[in-house]
Amino acid sequence: MRRFLSLALLCFLLLGITLNAQAQSTDAASSSTNDAAALELLEALDVESYTAKGEAITAILQSDDERARDWLQALLDGRLQRTEDGRFVLVLENRGRDWPVADVLTGEALGEMSRRDLERIGINNNLRNQLRSAIAVVDLYSLNVERRRTSAERLLGEVDGELVPTLDDLIAQEEDEQVRYRLTQAVAIYRAEAGEMAGVEALDGSLHPRSRVALSRAANGDDPVVANAAAASLSGIEQQLKINRGLETLYFGLSLGSVLVLAAIGLAITFGVMGVINMAHGELMMLGAYTTWAMQQLLPGQPGLALILSIPAGFMVAALAGVAIERGVIQFLKGRPLETLLATFGISLILQQLVRTVISPLNRTVITPEWMSGSLVVNDALSLTLNRMYVLGFALVVFAGLMLIMRRTRLGLEVRAVTQNRAMARSMGIRATRVDIMTFALGSGVAGLAGVALSQLTNVGPNLGQNYIIDSFMVVVFGGVGNLWGTLVAGLSLGVINQVLEPWAGAVLAKIIVLVFIILFIQKRPRGLFPQKGRAAEG
Amino acid sequence: MSLTTESSTNFWLTRPFSERSTQIFLGVLLAALALVTLLHVAVPPDNPLHVGAYTVNLFGKYLSYALLAVAVDLVWGYLGILSLGHGAFFAIGGYAMGMYLMRQIGDRGTYGHPVLPDFMVFLNWDSLPWFWHGFDMAWFAFAMVLLAPGLLALVFGFLAFRSRVTGVYLSIITQALTFALMLAFFRNEMGFGGNNGLTDFREIVGFDLRSDATRLGLFLATGVALALGYILCRAIVTSKLGRVSVATRDAEARTRFLGYRVERFQLFVFVVSAMLAGLAGALYVPQVGIINPSEFSPIFSIEIVLWVALGGRATLYGAVIGAILVNYAKTIFTGVMPDAWLFALGAMFVLVTVFLPKGVAGLFRYLKRRKREEQTTDPDHQHTSKEASA
Repeated sequence: MRRFLSLALLCFLLLGITLNAQAQSTDAASSSTNDAAALELLEALDVESYTAKGEAITAILQSDDERARDWLQALLDGRLQRTEDGRFVLVLENRGRDWPVADVLTGEALGEMSRRDLERIGINNNLRNQLRSAIAVVDLYSLNVERRRTSAERLLGEVDGELVPTLDDLIAQEEDEQVRYRLTQAVAIYRAEAGEMAGVEALDGSLHPRSRVALSRAANGDDPVVANAAAASLSGIEQQLKINRGLETLYFGLSLGSVLVLAAIGLAITFGVMGVINMAHGELMMLGAYTTWAMQQLLPGQPGLALILSIPAGFMVAALAGVAIERGVIQFLKGRPLETLLATFGISLILQQLVRTVISPLNRTVITPEWMSGSLVVNDALSLTLNRMYVLGFALVVFAGLMLIMRRTRLGLEVRAVTQNRAMARSMGIRATRVDIMTFALGSGVAGLAGVALSQLTNVGPNLGQNYIIDSFMVVVFGGVGNLWGTLVAGLSLGVINQVLEPWAGAVLAKIIVLVFIILFIQKRPRGLFPQKGRAAEG
Repeated sequence: MSLTTESSTNFWLTRPFSERSTQIFLGVLLAALALVTLLHVAVPPDNPLHVGAYTVNLFGKYLSYALLAVAVDLVWGYLGILSLGHGAFFAIGGYAMGMYLMRQIGDRGTYGHPVLPDFMVFLNWDSLPWFWHGFDMAWFAFAMVLLAPGLLALVFGFLAFRSRVTGVYLSIITQALTFALMLAFFRNEMGFGGNNGLTDFREIVGFDLRSDATRLGLFLATGVALALGYILCRAIVTSKLGRVSVATRDAEARTRFLGYRVERFQLFVFVVSAMLAGLAGALYVPQVGIINPSEFSPIFSIEIVLWVALGGRATLYGAVIGAILVNYAKTIFTGVMPDAWLFALGAMFVLVTVFLPKGVAGLFRYLKRRKREEQTTDPDHQHTSKEASA
């Protein structure tokens, strides 16, 4: 109980702080000419009778005073209090004995006052209910569209008979379509719950959970006609919801898939061209993610700019690390792919431990810039988080960029030549070693880009790469080595399969099923979805 | 290489005994076992030469790792299959042993249930899952130690080799196999104790697991198992079958064109290796007192490969040397400076593959050849030139 109380106190406290901030900003704009009238309105609150208080609240509501909402909220929270000399104050924070307070009318801070000198204006449960719906309505008169939208949304399911005429008026006046839609819906919910046909009809096709509650109540109502209509639209809504859930799964699947594609595509290049399994690929991703973190440390307060700058920086850091790995180790292991696998695994251990020792074994926080947070609300049942959408787009851009490099540039031509027949390419004058270095740098750089993108979705820690390495291999192997389209298709489809399985199998089992599926798939088609054709494939 | 010892062609299982390397290996192993036993039993505890129960236990652990390394060397060194999933067979053998040890606890668990292990009581299960039946009998459990990993290897290998999955592809799917198993065993619903695995063992075939005598017994049993496993592997690789597998390793397509059903040879060797790994796991579990899903982790499996690479691939005794060296280093490092261990391990991976591709055993042979070359002109200095191809 005590914990609950302190929690409630904390909520009020936070509310108080935010409200105060708002109060000050609105008060600054408001004129003080009607302060006398306002004082009168407040005076009316300080009476014994609760009925009289109720009337006073109504009077405040009708006053059109811009500060009305804050007063009522303060009254609801018990923070509207009166000093011994009769001034009305707003308690900003009720902790300890002395509470910081502000003047209700001007919003100016009055320092701390002992709680013994303050007298709270009490309310009872009836008034509390009245206040709650009143506050919702007050916001509907606000000039701020955002405020109207949130308050209209809050009204869903909270409408009572008295409010309906007011709301009908408001709907007629409202200019913003979204607010109007919500208000209509709110009224319809009330009507449907009251068993009115008009309400049920208006709710047809609405995906909000509250509408469904209202409709299912109406479906259990006494009037068979209304009940049937409600049941019919309920089943229609269920259908809609199913589609929306499907879309959401698809979106999450594509999002997961885009991460897999980003992680795997660099691997596909190095593996495809050099036949080298780079077990340190995940750690190159980790380097990219840490570059983002470092960039944000360098540019405090500008997470967006830092993120954009980390795209080239992450690429460069990972590419340089990749070149170092290629020159330092891999070039000595030509033609021994299994040994390369072991050596790069060793490098991955060293890089992980390096990050643990130099930076920290704990996860680092990478800030998501404002334009990437939040979500795109499609309808009441479907909202798509923006950061995932950006990563999906980023993955496609990276893919397109790599496609261009491979198909349209000299480097791409040489890479393809070396992939298909190394000896022949060399005898045609292609410097295979140089191509090796460039491809390895390119593949590693893409891993860095993947890391930058991942820093927006998951924790940035020393184990970041490890968590993705096996999945990325699966994608490459599933798609067929040396085939970028294969990697794209494999990554996206594995992501979707995983998400589709998850609801009924659970996250872990879904992953196991996908792994087993790939193992079986490899048995059937050892060279992946899109195998390389020709002699090179037999190598 | 070992293939040069084709002169003695009597019974295949006794053939290894006529090899010099096997004789030396077995001699050293038996001497080590005898020495440790002697120092443990006969030397009083206050003497600095005394080997304590803890150390005996540690050596026992190393020996079970050595057996595991021999199993990996059999498939990697002589069949050319880099399995990154041998930890799975090791762990399954370990779990089979763990299940037996759990059943031996009987009603002495925390909850005192006569049949159900503690974790099942904790999960509110009212009866044993079907796959737990029979593990109260030692013979059944010990058979499962070999059969369960063998069966998994049989099914997996049958599918993989039939469709000619080789090289890095095979490595990756073996890694996926152990990764999938790790995820599965982490689930409580699997009925293997989830995260915590199986632990709190009391006794094995009637002997108290906490007594020093049992520990010494387990150590010796592991040593004997290693010796037998080594002889078996040696017998396989020196047999005609072994020569076909080496041919498969070096030129799979060519061997197939010669008329050999390559996949059958691969499957047989792979299954034997998995069973040996399972046996190693079963000997490991009672000595460390716990088995949990972390033994399935891909990192452990790849570490085993490092032991083999460090010791020297395709020698078998090199695998034993590598396993003991790396794990001894691990014990030292994690005790003195734990942070440095991963650096050391990582560096070992890189240095061994780049500078010591034939491992410690290769170094031995190189020195030996140098010595021989000083005396005469060496007639067979070609045999090492082609080893590296994988």
